[in-house]
Amino acid sequence: MTTTSSGIGSAADVLAVLRDLPGVDQVGLEARAAALSTRSIKKDAKRTAIDLAISMVDLTTLEGADTPGKVRSLAAKALRPDPTDPTCPQVAAVCVYPDLVATAREALGDAPIGVASVATAFPSGRAPLDVKITDTEYAVAAGASEIDMVIDRGAFLAGDLLKVAEEIVAVRAACERGDGTHAHLKVILETGELATYDAVRRASWLSMLAGADFIKTSTGKVSPAATLPVTLLMLEAVRDYRDATGRQVGVKPAGGIRTTKDAIKYLVTVNETAGLDWMTPTWFRFGASSLLNDLLMQRQKLETGRYSGADYVTID
Amino acid sequence: MADHMVPPTPLEYAPAPESRSIVDLEPSYGLFIDGAFTDGTDGGTFKTVNPATEEVLAEVTEATPADVDLAVAAARRAFRSWSRMPGRERAKYLYRIARIIAERSRELAVLESLDNGKPIKESRDVDVPLVSQWFFYYAGWADKLSYAGAGPNPRPLGVAAQVIPWNFPLLMLSWKIAPALAAGNTVVLKPAETTPLTALLFAEICQQADLPPGVVNIVTGAGATGEALVSHPDVDKVAFTGSTDVGRSIARAVAGTEKKLTLELGGKAANIVFDDAPMDQAIEGIVSGIFFNQGHVCCAGSRLLVQENVYDEVMERLKRRMTTLRVGDPLDKNTDIGAINSREQLQRITALAEVGDAEGAERWSPPCELPSSGFWYAPTVFTGVTQAHRIAREEIFGPVLSVLTFRTPDEAIAKANNTPYGLSAGVWTEKGSRILAMADRLRAGVVWANTFNKFDPASPFGGYKESGYGREGGKQGLAAYLQEGEGQ
Repeated sequence: MTTTSSGIGSAADVLAVLRDLPGVDQVGLEARAAALSTRSIKKDAKRTAIDLAISMVDLTTLEGADTPGKVRSLAAKALRPDPTDPTCPQVAAVCVYPDLVATAREALGDAPIGVASVATAFPSGRAPLDVKITDTEYAVAAGASEIDMVIDRGAFLAGDLLKVAEEIVAVRAACERGDGTHAHLKVILETGELATYDAVRRASWLSMLAGADFIKTSTGKVSPAATLPVTLLMLEAVRDYRDATGRQVGVKPAGGIRTTKDAIKYLVTVNETAGLDWMTPTWFRFGASSLLNDLLMQRQKLETGRYSGADYVTID
Repeated sequence: MADHMVPPTPLEYAPAPESRSIVDLEPSYGLFIDGAFTDGTDGGTFKTVNPATEEVLAEVTEATPADVDLAVAAARRAFRSWSRMPGRERAKYLYRIARIIAERSRELAVLESLDNGKPIKESRDVDVPLVSQWFFYYAGWADKLSYAGAGPNPRPLGVAAQVIPWNFPLLMLSWKIAPALAAGNTVVLKPAETTPLTALLFAEICQQADLPPGVVNIVTGAGATGEALVSHPDVDKVAFTGSTDVGRSIARAVAGTEKKLTLELGGKAANIVFDDAPMDQAIEGIVSGIFFNQGHVCCAGSRLLVQENVYDEVMERLKRRMTTLRVGDPLDKNTDIGAINSREQLQRITALAEVGDAEGAERWSPPCELPSSGFWYAPTVFTGVTQAHRIAREEIFGPVLSVLTFRTPDEAIAKANNTPYGLSAGVWTEKGSRILAMADRLRAGVVWANTFNKFDPASPFGGYKESGYGREGGKQGLAAYLQEGEGQ
């Protein structure tokens, strides 16, 4: 990698930027996240937050047992999250494995809902680069509008940061459609394997410098997946990166966010950290499956004043 | 995102007020003497107001010297049995009080915010939990006093006269009463005249806990009541937290008597940010250092010392963070900064900040709308401040931060120590060896590393120089209430 796609400079410059990042104090970061999660979001604010959260969901199925039938019903859910209420917003995207991208795209038709595909030997990332590129190109050709790649955590932990960056640059190139547009690239850091907050900050900057459109916490296959402190830290990173370069990058916490209460904590954190510019599905997403139904039940509660129950929302 | 951009949706937080219905306010309150509420001897009263609205909350009795006399006499009578009670029995009462405080925490928090003006999130998440912890901690010491460092057979001092400030009414009460009682003393406590209500609710908790009459007495009033209390001839121990001026006059009143004295006074703490600090957390520490409790904190980080090579970055981040602070109704769960405690304090803050303007410092506050009634001051930062500015030397005791710069660790130390005070300091750096070296040379009773305004009952707290003497908290805090006894 001699120059990055953001034009920030040479490999040596990138390494220097990463070395100069300020440290993260674990106690202080977690205390700030805890403080943000005590915000009390009620009434109109809650209504706004729930609809915004629904519109930010990447409705996900990433199982070995996924079938075209399963993906078609997921797509139907994405189009009409609450079939009883046409005012309910649609989700941002559905997220599937590459071989099911075409099925998902077809099921969604012309709706403004993205098809995100995991790629690059998801979830472990343990495959040669040309396999990862082929995986990516296949998904893009099948109609994926977004690619969720994983970084090479082994290389990162071994200190081979340039290898990680070069892979991101290569996958970003594979996202090109040939008409000047590209499938948007979300880079999964798998923060549960990076373990320290310092490593998460470094990996966030490395990904952004290498051309990520989004940085994403987790595959959902490793515990812990998304946490509020880790997401707060990544929001600080995208905010600081835009200040430094002028380029805006999105954030996607994924895995482990199951309740409306949790989702609202994340939105408060976006609001008070990165700020208003990120309060849109263009720049913030939830990678989730069961979260959507809890959002829908809370939404019905606000409309009717009563809790419904699991049988009043559709399972997929 | 991808191929269509969606415009952002603002999230305006709806009001989320904590209900005040949990608090049963009486129209008027008597004095708590000898286990019962009594009217004062001459019927004098004063009003306590909600500083956020100027609404009168209750009438409170103004204790005269004769009332103080009765309270001290009750404490003296109770001392005979309380001091001879086995420590494990005293501990039962303290544990009971600690549990009741935890059980009634919401009520205490709401009342504290009503009377003091501090945000409910602080009274709920900081003050009241710490109050309960303080009683739990010292309850544990009551039967272990032989290990407190006052010899193998330590004895209590007798009757303690305790005068506390308005900034942490209930927390300061616990810092005073919990160690005194654990050590076998009895107390007469005077809360500040602007914040008497939670102390009176605490008196009710003492009744609920069946604490023997006279062990805790609460007399309300202003300066004259406090003076009568600390100069009372039958008092053995005086403990005061408050301004350095009042502390000086108490030291004069006590001089030449047998009374033991501890003073916890003012401060002008340096919060020192090095260029290798964990930057986002340092910004949080600067904010909580000065804006926690509206800056009504003796150990507030009111002087920010920033290494000059990161000054621009720190100021930009600090200002951005300050624009997210929510100033307003203390009972709203989303309020970060509440009301200034009194008109008098607001005038003091306003006057000192005007001195800052006159001396040529540059003032900045985020855009924020202040309520039309009540006492309010926007979070404020002064830049271009030097050691020669009064706002870098005098305690403002409000949400006003003075920012200075330094080039080297030596210069940071020299500036940090160049103050008549010495209560606390903060150091922000990722370098462990620098933290230790700085802590070694900072003349401050408490040095926080990569954090600020953190309190724990096991940790002693107190000042150097004009910030006072004696320590509160931890084993050291017991020493102020014990003397070496005879025998093994």
